Amino acid sequence: MIRPAGAAEIGDASVETVAIEAEINRRRVRAAVPTHRTLLDFLRDGLSLTAAKRACDVQVCGACTVLVDGLPVSACTYLAFEINGKTVETCEGLARDGALHPIQQAFVDAGALQCGYCTPGMIMITKALLADHPRPSVQQIKDYLHGNLCRCTGYKKILDAVLAAAETE
Amino acid sequence: MLQPFHLHEPATVDEASGILRRLGDEARIYAGGTELLLAMKQGLLRYPHLVNIKRIPLEGISFDETAGRLRIGATTTHRAVERSEVVGGRFPMLASMERHLANVRVRAVGTIGGNLSFAEPHSDLASVLLLYNATATIGGGSGRRTAGIPDLVVDAYTTTLAADELLIEVEVPALPRGAGAAYRKFAFFERPSVGVGAVLVPSAAGDTVEEARVAVGCVGPAPRRVADAETALKGAPLRGTAFERATAEAAAAVRRACDPVDDLYGSAEYKRHLAGVFTQRALVAARDHVAAGGSG
Repeated sequence: MIRPAGAAEIGDASVETVAIEAEINRRRVRAAVPTHRTLLDFLRDGLSLTAAKRACDVQVCGACTVLVDGLPVSACTYLAFEINGKTVETCEGLARDGALHPIQQAFVDAGALQCGYCTPGMIMITKALLADHPRPSVQQIKDYLHGNLCRCTGYKKILDAVLAAAETE
Repeated sequence: MLQPFHLHEPATVDEASGILRRLGDEARIYAGGTELLLAMKQGLLRYPHLVNIKRIPLEGISFDETAGRLRIGATTTHRAVERSEVVGGRFPMLASMERHLANVRVRAVGTIGGNLSFAEPHSDLASVLLLYNATATIGGGSGRRTAGIPDLVVDAYTTTLAADELLIEVEVPALPRGAGAAYRKFAFFERPSVGVGAVLVPSAAGDTVEEARVAVGCVGPAPRRVADAETALKGAPLRGTAFERATAEAAAAVRRACDPVDDLYGSAEYKRHLAGVFTQRALVAARDHVAAGGSG
């Protein structure tokens, strides 16, 4: 059981909270979250899961992509209480026993990152893509990844990494 | 930064309607939140109360084969529409539009009802539903009523929904047999600046246009059908220079009717030009769809 930090507001009578119980990266989490808390703030500030990044904050760039019940969402514009009874996956939950997830390994092998800020989002959207389309076409990859922006503009190697991950997954 | 709000989670339409009536301007319906939460985070909208309607069973897609009507519940996500077999098979223009709406994350969360009720002017959905002559079922208030899309979405961020009403579902009639349909848009990133759709119903002999529907959206405050464009196409041959002439006339009518606004996505003049170009492209694609057997 993880006990989220940042509970100061909870004592404030003017802030309404919702009791939630969710599975985050295979661990049960129980918390009382303020209604207006975004999932991104809850993950980063409450649980210190900082893989999901805040960048555009308007669900356009994909840096905050996490999976809720397997579906990709922009954590920046998704309310934390909505994860009640659901499963959340972030990039931190992918590696097992010290071994990188095949998608992570494919990104490393292809050199599919420069500054790395967009990478956790790219990896999570790739996981969503491969769940829907285990052998994606290049067009399907582009359809899923066009909502994830890389400001270093290194898309070619990201594409290579996704194709390689589809081979090994 | 989102401000704190009180959350209401009604289980029925009546309960939701009662809460909305009681709280008036203090409350707003919340479903997917993809538009609402953005506007609230940016401080453009402020509601002390949000009414989460996702506990009301308003989700789902069904198709009545006899009546040829598709029903989509208000809290159905874009993703569910995009991946629906019946939508893909019988309403391919709708399926294709959904596949290209915003991005995969928005589609996983955003709802049909939210899209229409928020009436964001850059919505693709309202334009496409206009082409199908879809109607909306509205609940709450003093009972159920239905409204065509033009009577629901009337201006930028403005619908005819009363404070205590909510969208229940949209009903989408299938297009006539053999009809070709296409929607084309021009977009930087997520929000299209021009969207034009066309439906061409062929005559029994298959060589002329029996009925034409043309809609333009995203350029102005609300999407609209363009009657002059439809008249220009009615009776026109489906190929040759006469078809090209009719599409040019339709494009001119759309340019006149589209009511563009200047914004960061382009000047009104530029969008007006694009609306014409995209009208012709949509019409050619709809015609090609007719030639390939059509329907939807």
